[in-house]
Amino acid sequence: MFAIECQNVCKSFVDGPFWAKKRKRVMAVKDISFQVPRGEIFGLLGANGSGKSTLIRMLSTLLLPDAGQLRILGHDPTADPMQVRRLINRVAVDAAFFKKLSARENLNYASRLYGQSPSRQASRMQWILNHLGLAPEKIDEPIEDMSRGMQQKVAIARALLSVPPVLLLDEPTTGLDPVSRKQVRSFIQHLQQDEGTTILLTTHDMEEAQALCQRIAIMAKGEIIAVGRLPELQQQVAHPTESPADISLETIFFRLTGVTQEEIHYVEQS
Amino acid sequence: MLNKAKRIGQHEAQAVMAFVERQFALSRRYFAWEIVFLFYTIVNTLTIAFIAIGMQEQGHQVKPDYIFYLVIGALMWGFLGVIFREVSESVSWERWEGTIEQTFMAPIHRLTHLGGICTYAVLYGFIRTILVLGAVGLIVGMHLPHANFAGALLVLAVASLSFVGLGLMAAVLPLLSPEKGAQATHIMEGLILLVSGIYYPVSALPQWLQMFSVFSPATYALQGVRAALLEGAGWSILGPILLRLFLMAGVLIPLGLFIFGLAEAYAKRAGLLKRNG
Repeated sequence: MFAIECQNVCKSFVDGPFWAKKRKRVMAVKDISFQVPRGEIFGLLGANGSGKSTLIRMLSTLLLPDAGQLRILGHDPTADPMQVRRLINRVAVDAAFFKKLSARENLNYASRLYGQSPSRQASRMQWILNHLGLAPEKIDEPIEDMSRGMQQKVAIARALLSVPPVLLLDEPTTGLDPVSRKQVRSFIQHLQQDEGTTILLTTHDMEEAQALCQRIAIMAKGEIIAVGRLPELQQQVAHPTESPADISLETIFFRLTGVTQEEIHYVEQS
Repeated sequence: MLNKAKRIGQHEAQAVMAFVERQFALSRRYFAWEIVFLFYTIVNTLTIAFIAIGMQEQGHQVKPDYIFYLVIGALMWGFLGVIFREVSESVSWERWEGTIEQTFMAPIHRLTHLGGICTYAVLYGFIRTILVLGAVGLIVGMHLPHANFAGALLVLAVASLSFVGLGLMAAVLPLLSPEKGAQATHIMEGLILLVSGIYYPVSALPQWLQMFSVFSPATYALQGVRAALLEGAGWSILGPILLRLFLMAGVLIPLGLFIFGLAEAYAKRAGLLKRNG
C-alpha cells in the first residue's frame, strides 16, 4: 500500500460573484496521478499558481476534488476524512496562529485536538523546538511578537506534535533565514530516517528539493509534466551533446516549464 | 471495541475543553477590551434603568416594577446576545486569523468543535451577566420580593440552547464570506432585538412585525424570566414556556448543525476556507 496515491485528480474553481453573467472556470489541478511509497520524501516543484497548494489541500481534507481518487495510507480523504485526519498533518506556507496567544498555548491547544496526553506532548514539544533551534524562553512569548521565521518553526512543531505518519509540507522554508532553513531541512531528514515519516514537500527551492527529495514531480499550470528521480529527470531533458549528470535541477525545471528560479522569486516578492 | 469508543470519547471531551480554554485564553489576552465592553454594558443597562426612574420622577404613570422590567430586558439581551455573537463570531475570528483550515483538518467531529465554542459562549455569557447584575444591583438596587430565581435560571439555561442554534446558523455566514458574513450576522442580531420585546411588550410592535416575534426564542425567554422574577410565576406558568423553548432548541440546534455541515461541504467544494476566502 502506498502512503499517498493520486489517480487522475482534477480540481477547478469558479471565478467571480455568482450573479456575474460570465464566470470563468479556472482549472487548478488537471488529471494528476502519482504514488508515494511509505517513508519517501516526495517533492512537488512548481511556480506560484501551478496547483501545488490545491493538491495539498485536497489531501488534507480541506478541498473536495472534482474528479479522480486520492488515498492516504489506503483511506479516501473525501469518503473517510476523519481517518485521514488522524494520519496526516500539514505545514502551510502562511503560518496561521492565534497571534495573541503564546507559542506554548497554541501548541497545547493543537495537541489536545489531536488527542495527545499533556506529559508526552510537553517532552515532544521541547525536543522538536530544540531541534529547530527555537530558544526555550521564546515559547511563552505571544506569537505576534515572533519573527516570521520563528512563527514558521512553531508551525512545523505544531504539525509534528501529533507524530503523523504522513506529513504535508507546503513550502515550509519560505521566508526563513539560511541558518533556519538548514535546521528545518536537517529535521525533515531526521523525521524520514528515524521516524519513517512519509513527506510530501512542495517548494520553489531547487537546492532544497535536490537535497531532500528521493523523487521530484514538476508541476506547471495544474499538471505534472515530469516525475522521477533526479537522474531520470536529467536524462529526460538532456540534449544529445551534454552529459545528463551535469544538468542542475534548475535547468531541468527551466527546460520543462520555461520558468527560471529568478522568475519564481520575482513572482513571490511582487 | 468498547475501549476504542472510550478513547474516542475521551479525545472528543478533551477537544471540547481545548476550545473552551482557547477562548478563555483569548479573553485574557484581550482583557483590557473585556473590561471596556463590560463597562459599556453596565453603563448601558444603568441608562436603561434610569429612563424608568426618570419617567417616575417626571410624574408619568408607570408600574412600580417597570424599572426591573427594563433591566431584565437589558440583562437578558446582554446574555443571549453574547451567546449569539460568541458562537457566530468564533468562525469569523478563525477566518481573520487564518486558523480555520487548521481547525477543520483536526481529527475531531464538527459537533465537538462547535460544542466547545457553545460551551464557552454559555459560560462566558453567564459570567458577564452576573457581573452586570451585581453592578446594577449595587447602584440601582434590585428589590424582587416575589422572585422565583430557580425558575428564571432554568428559563435562561433552556433559552441559551435555542440561541446556540441561532448562533450556529449565523456562523455559516462568515464561513462562506468573512466580511459579508459578519455584516449579515449583525443584521440578523438586530432583527432578533427588534422583534423579541426586549424593552417593550411585543404588542407595541406593528401587527406585521408581531408575527416574526413568534419565531424568536428571546420572546419566550423574556416572558418566562419576567414572569419568574417580577411575578414569582410557578411551574404552571413557566412549564409551557420551557416546553416551547425546549422545542425551539430541539429544532434550532440540529438545524444549525445541518446548515453548518452543508456550508462546510460547499466551502470545501468552492475553495472558500483559505485566509482570503
